[in-house]
Amino acid sequence: MDIDWDLALTSLWPLIEGGLKGTIPLSLASMALGLILALLVALMRLSNNRIASGIGRAYVSVIRGTPLLVQLFVIFYGLPSIGLTIPPWPSAIIAFSLNVGGYAAEIIRAAILSVPRGQWEAGHTIGMSRTLALRRIILPQAARVSVPPLSNTFISLVKDSSLASLILVTELFRQAQEIAAFSQQFMLLYIEAAAVYWVFCLVLSAGQSRIEKRLDRYVAH
Amino acid sequence: MSPTNPEPVLKVEGLRKSFGDNEVLRSIDLSVAQGGVVALVGPSGSGKTTVLRSLNGLEIPDAGRITFDGGPVVNFGSGASKRELAALRDRSAMVFQHYNLFPHKTVLENVIEGPVQVQRRPKAEAIQEAEELLGRVGLAEKKDQYPHELSGGQQQRVGIVRALALRPTLLLFDEPTSALDPELVGEVLSVIKELADEGWTMVLVTHELAFAREVATEVVFMDGGVVVEHGPPETVLRDPREERTRRFVHRLLHPF
Repeated sequence: MDIDWDLALTSLWPLIEGGLKGTIPLSLASMALGLILALLVALMRLSNNRIASGIGRAYVSVIRGTPLLVQLFVIFYGLPSIGLTIPPWPSAIIAFSLNVGGYAAEIIRAAILSVPRGQWEAGHTIGMSRTLALRRIILPQAARVSVPPLSNTFISLVKDSSLASLILVTELFRQAQEIAAFSQQFMLLYIEAAAVYWVFCLVLSAGQSRIEKRLDRYVAH
Repeated sequence: MSPTNPEPVLKVEGLRKSFGDNEVLRSIDLSVAQGGVVALVGPSGSGKTTVLRSLNGLEIPDAGRITFDGGPVVNFGSGASKRELAALRDRSAMVFQHYNLFPHKTVLENVIEGPVQVQRRPKAEAIQEAEELLGRVGLAEKKDQYPHELSGGQQQRVGIVRALALRPTLLLFDEPTSALDPELVGEVLSVIKELADEGWTMVLVTHELAFAREVATEVVFMDGGVVVEHGPPETVLRDPREERTRRFVHRLLHPF
């Protein structure tokens, strides 16, 4: 196979642009919303209120038990038939946030449970309420434990965001598909897209190590 | 301050607690005088730690009443409210067996967390007081270090300072030296002794009978969830009336 180097070069920027304007903002927004949702769900699952913990458990079960692509299609192609039409970008953000929420909830719940009981008690003995102890004492320690698994979730999200191409969101993979269809150079464009995803993920992994180092400063080595 | 002060700063009446089928407290009565040092001693499983933790609202008894002079009065049984537990914690502060310092905060941050975040005292004032207290236990130069950088004895002294910084009426110690290497026990006991000499009111659970004999104004011997006998240390620890106490003291003094 001859490699069309001209096309490889001219298509590189559109792909990167698709990443910077599509993939990355889509992933960041979904991760941020997903984390808020995940914290909420984790707290529901940990609460003594049976209804709250039941709802939390059901949510996690549905999200983890159904394909992300199906969730995305239900929101974008399904909801209009009951009169709720959501444009591509918001649809993608909703689907990805809900998905991250389900997976990250379990990570955060486990991280909270990994903080020793004595830390709650120490918080209480200095007069803290549950909420204050959670915020000042427990979550900062849970954060350290949950960074590596949450980074995995984020990296998966960056890659899974390519599914948004199927609901017409212009992002990295959709750019590759369009250029490939136009030029008929499928192998070249898809390998190139894979390479750009890979570089993005390498950068993210480097960022993860930095965050871990920062959070590790109070731990014995 | 005299231990025979008629008005007790703390009164405990009829405390009961079960964990499932296991009845760990069967009606405990206790009173602590202003400036008094009460040592709770007894075999493990006797309920002494449960009594101590109840005083700080870390354990919720099934029945009974805890009365602090000047409030609060907390009646257990009908379910103590959050506000009542908070009121108990306002008056007392616990020093834990395993220190339970906040590992993500420096020594100074550990000490000012309660005064600043809970008691809403000005930060500058809290820092000044914390530095003074740390200086008194010989840890002034450790204030910016993290707990894992300290020895067990140093961590426990920080634990004591963290409790003192709350300005409690009552200091509670839960086996404060039993997690320490033997050579570090002395430095912690001597801090506790100084506090006792200064007139702090305290309740401590301890296995250090020699220490209890030296600092306690009253020794309470518990076994099987009841107070078997109580009184001045020279009586309870040297010349106990009850056979159970005698056997316990003998076992601790002559382990072989």
